[in-house]
Amino acid sequence: MEIVRFAVVALFLVASLCMAVISVAGVFKFRFILNRMHAAAICDSFALFIAMIGIAIAYGFTFATVKVLLIVLMVWVASPVSSHLIARLEVTTDKHLSEECEVRD
Amino acid sequence: MKPRSDYEQSAWRRLVRFVDGESLADAERRAEEMRENDAQSQQAADTEAELSFEQQEKEDREDRKRRLETEHEKEAMALLEKYRNWPKEHGVKIFGRLYAIMAVLLCLIIIVTLLVTVSYLPEFGQPDNPNNNEVVRKYNEMGLEETGATNIVAGMILDYRAFDTLGESHVLFVAAVCVMILLRLELTKDGKPTDKKRAAEENDRLYEPKNDKILQLSAKILVPIIIMYGIYVILNGHLSPGGGFSGGAIIGAGLILYVNAFGFKEATKILNRKNYAVISVVPLLFYALAKGYSFFTGANHLESGIPKGTPGHILSSGLILPLNICVGLVVACTMYHFYTLFRKGGM
Repeated sequence: MEIVRFAVVALFLVASLCMAVISVAGVFKFRFILNRMHAAAICDSFALFIAMIGIAIAYGFTFATVKVLLIVLMVWVASPVSSHLIARLEVTTDKHLSEECEVRD
Repeated sequence: MKPRSDYEQSAWRRLVRFVDGESLADAERRAEEMRENDAQSQQAADTEAELSFEQQEKEDREDRKRRLETEHEKEAMALLEKYRNWPKEHGVKIFGRLYAIMAVLLCLIIIVTLLVTVSYLPEFGQPDNPNNNEVVRKYNEMGLEETGATNIVAGMILDYRAFDTLGESHVLFVAAVCVMILLRLELTKDGKPTDKKRAAEENDRLYEPKNDKILQLSAKILVPIIIMYGIYVILNGHLSPGGGFSGGAIIGAGLILYVNAFGFKEATKILNRKNYAVISVVPLLFYALAKGYSFFTGANHLESGIPKGTPGHILSSGLILPLNICVGLVVACTMYHFYTLFRKGGM
């Protein structure tokens, strides 16, 4: 039983680590801000969530699990808002936006 | 010898002109005269040269020589151009590579140094480690009894070593004052903004989305929770991990979020210049007075009259709770004030 639990936890944590690595690679690889934002959001939302699930499984369902879920909820509320602000700023300040994405009037 | 074309603009000539009391116009006129003289003498020479065939031949030879020289000059110019462009074409690339190599080397050196240092440290949790001395024993055994705080860290930093924490909060205050000296834009005496201040306010977030509905909605939900959590961390500092510094930082972050969402007009309703001055100075004064009193009585074995209370209750552990509140207020105000100073030179 312990081994199964360890395997599941390891799977979750490794998956989250992979997500984080992909996200960081994307942030450095992509040229445009909007693309980079998408890559960064993977780390914020998905990698964090998977890592938190792994931790919750590892320590069992306790009061700390609820706190962990609250952290995830907090980040999920805050991260899209900040992404939205960055995107709006990019749209207002970038003169060559049409190179980056389709612009509809 | 002929002077260079920009000879008159050289630093030496400017100095000479300054000493002689001449102006640039004089110098230019003189240079013009000299050039005319040159041209006249050249013409005279030309007319003389036409007179004799031998001289003409000589002239031809000299002409060829000059042409050769100009070719040399062209080569020299090309070489010079190459050297001038070298930094742009190759230098940056080489510098980039060198930079990367040096950065990796520096990181490796730091990593190796730290790892070697760590390998010399005693094993974690051994009973005969040097950190297990009488100080730790004293804190562990007598801390709860002497300070009344269940969070032994709060007992340490706000009771045993409260003097250190007093210095820390004053360092924060002094940092805020220094940044104010550098960045603050003052109002005029009758309370109106100066031109500089008005310009800074106009320039403040020129392109940034203002009154963003999504941000405002999320801030409306998050800011009360954040500030409440900060207050909880401060008030519960003597019972659980936390305390003035962390709680104050959380409250400051909440205030900054509020400003970003709703703008300065709304935020100054909570915290304006006068409030800021009161809120940052009064806690420091209270801290210094209270701690001075308790140090005085404690050092002279006098009865301080500060009740310890039951450990674990919210109203307990003597001065730690009020001091936590003081530190929290100072930290929150300083964080928020730093933000406003860097954004547009004051609230």
